[in-house]
Amino acid sequence: MNHWIIAPVVLPAILAPLIAFVMRHDITLARVASFAGTLGLGGIAVGLTMLAAGGETHVYELGDWPAPFGIVLVLDRLSAMMVLLTAALALIVLFHAVATGWDSRGRHFHALFQFQLMGICGAFLTGDAFNLFVFFEVLLIASYGLMIHGGGRVRLQAGLQYVVMNLAGSTLFLFALGTLYAATGTLNIADLAVKVREIPLEEAALVRVAAMLLMIVFAIKAALFPVQFWLPATYANAPAPVAALFAIMTKVGAYAILRIHTVVFGPDAAAIGGLPGTWLFPAAVVTLGLGVIGVLGARRLMPLVAFSVVGSMGTLMLAISVFTPYAVTAALYYLVHSTFAAAALFLLADLVVSRRAGGDVLTVRPPTVQNGLFATLFFAGALGMVGMPPLSGFIGKLFVLDALRDAPGMALGWTVILVGSLLSIVGFARAGSVLFWKSTAATPDPEVETAALPKTPAAGPAEVAPTMAAVAALALLSAFAGPVTDYLESTAGQLFERTGYISAVLGQNMEGEP
Amino acid sequence: MEIIVASAIGVLTAGGIYLILRLRAFPVILGLALLSYAVNVFIFATGRLKVNAPPILRDHGDAIYTDPLPQALVLTAIVISFGMTAVLVMIALGAFLEADHDRIDMTAADTAEATKKETGA
Repeated sequence: MNHWIIAPVVLPAILAPLIAFVMRHDITLARVASFAGTLGLGGIAVGLTMLAAGGETHVYELGDWPAPFGIVLVLDRLSAMMVLLTAALALIVLFHAVATGWDSRGRHFHALFQFQLMGICGAFLTGDAFNLFVFFEVLLIASYGLMIHGGGRVRLQAGLQYVVMNLAGSTLFLFALGTLYAATGTLNIADLAVKVREIPLEEAALVRVAAMLLMIVFAIKAALFPVQFWLPATYANAPAPVAALFAIMTKVGAYAILRIHTVVFGPDAAAIGGLPGTWLFPAAVVTLGLGVIGVLGARRLMPLVAFSVVGSMGTLMLAISVFTPYAVTAALYYLVHSTFAAAALFLLADLVVSRRAGGDVLTVRPPTVQNGLFATLFFAGALGMVGMPPLSGFIGKLFVLDALRDAPGMALGWTVILVGSLLSIVGFARAGSVLFWKSTAATPDPEVETAALPKTPAAGPAEVAPTMAAVAALALLSAFAGPVTDYLESTAGQLFERTGYISAVLGQNMEGEP
Repeated sequence: MEIIVASAIGVLTAGGIYLILRLRAFPVILGLALLSYAVNVFIFATGRLKVNAPPILRDHGDAIYTDPLPQALVLTAIVISFGMTAVLVMIALGAFLEADHDRIDMTAADTAEATKKETGA
C-alpha cells in the first residue's frame, strides 16, 4: 500500500488550517506556505502520474479496512492525470492571484484555496461514491468562500445563487446515493460495478433511476443543459483568478460522469444499457448551442468567457456521450485543453479589466497602456478556445469530430460543433476588435475618462507570466499532441478495462467478471 | 409504517421545493433545510425499515438486525447539511445587507446598476 496516494488530500488538509489560524495576520507567510504547498502538490502529482503510468491500478485502503467495508482511494491513469492537471492549474492561478494582489483583497484566500485543492484532489482519487459526495462538499464549501472573496454587492448576490443551486444539487446527490444503496446495498464504486451487472433487466428500475439522478447531479457540476444557468453569473462575477480555478470544477463533473457511467453504469451493464449516452448527447448539443449564443450575445467580457466555458463543456460532453475508448481519448484531450484555455482567458480578462476604462463592458474605450501585449494574449487565448490552429483547440475539436464519426448522432453533432465554432469565432473576433483594435481610434473624453480610469499600474512580467504560462500549456499540448494522445489512449483503455479496476479494489478472491 | 415514512418524505420534499421556488432568501433557506430533512429520512429508510432491531449482529445467524450503514451515512449528511446551512445563512445575510433586498434572482436592474458603476458613467 503506497501512502503517497493520500498525500494530495492530506497535504492541503494540514496546510489550510495552519494558514487560516497561524498565518492569518501575515500575508507573506501565508503566500510562502501556499506556494510551498501547491509546489509540493505538483511534485506529488508528477510522482503519482509516473507511478500510475505503469498501467497498474493502485489502491489505498483507509484504516487498512478491505473494500467494500472501508473507504478506498484508487489511483489509476485517469485520476493521476486529473490530479496533475489540478496541480498545474493551481500553480498558475496562485501565481496570478499573488502577483495581482487578489489574495489580499479579502481574508483567508490561501486557506480556502488549499481546502479547494483538497476537495478537488479527493474527488479525483476516491473509489467510494459516498466519499465522492463528501469531497464534493469540501470543494464546494471552499468554493463558496472563494466565490465571494473580495466582496461587493453583485458578487455576493451571484454567490448566493451559486450556493443555493449547489445545495439543492447536494440534496439530489444524497437522494441518488440513497436510491443506489437501496437497490444494491453498497456504495463502493468497484463493488457497485459488480452488483449492478448482477441485477436482471426486469428489476432494474431503481438502479436506472439512481443512474440518471447521479447524471443530473454531475451535470449540475459540469454546467450541462438544463442545469447550466448558474455558471455564467457565477464565473462572470467571481474574482478572475477564482474563475480560472473554477475551470477545473466543471471538469470534476465531467470526470465523475466519466468514472461512474463507465465503471458502474457502463454500456455493458444490462440494467442500464445505452441510457446515459442517449440523454447526454442531446443535453450536450443544447449546452454547446447555448454557450455559443451566449458568446455572441455577451455585452461584457467576463460573461463572454463564461459562456465560452459553457460551450466547451458542451463539446466535451458530446465526446463523452459516445462512451467508447476512442471517444473518451478525444474527450480527455479536449478536457485538458479547455481547462487551460478557460484559465488563460479569465486571467487575461482580469489583466485587461483592471486597467481599462469601462471595466469589462464591451464598448469602445481608449486603449490600455499595454494594448499590444494584451491583444496578442487575447488572440492566442481566443484561438485556443474557438479551436483554430496552431493551438491545441484545433486538434481537440478535430479529435472530437473524428470520435463522433461512427456515433448515431453524427450529423447533428458535427453540425453543432462546426457552426458553433464559426459563431464563437465571430463572437471572439467582435469582442477582440472592440477591446483592442477600435479602441486605438477612440478619442478620450478627458473629463470622464480620467475620472473613470482605474489606477492600476502597467502589468509587470510577474502579472503577465501566469497568462503566458496557460497559453504556453496550450502550445505545448499542441506540439506534443502525439505523446499526450498515446498516454490518454492508454488512460481511456484502462477506464474501459473494468476488470482491472474491480479486482484491484476488491482483491482477486472476489473476481467481479460477470 | 412504510406509508407514514414515505408520505413524510414526500411532504417534506414538496414543501422544500415550494419554498425554494419562492426565490427569497429566508424561504429558500427554510426550503433547503426541509429538503435536507427529507433526504436524511430517505437515507435512513434505504436500509429498510425495522422496529426494535439493534444495528449490530449480536448472535450470528438468525438475529434480526437493522442495517447500520445508512445510520452512519445519515450522520455524515446531517453534519454536512448543518454546516452548509450555516454558511448559506451568512452569505444570504451578507447579500441582504449589501443589496437591501433578499431576492435570490438577479434582476436586470441589478446588472444594469453594476454595469453603470463599473463604467463610471
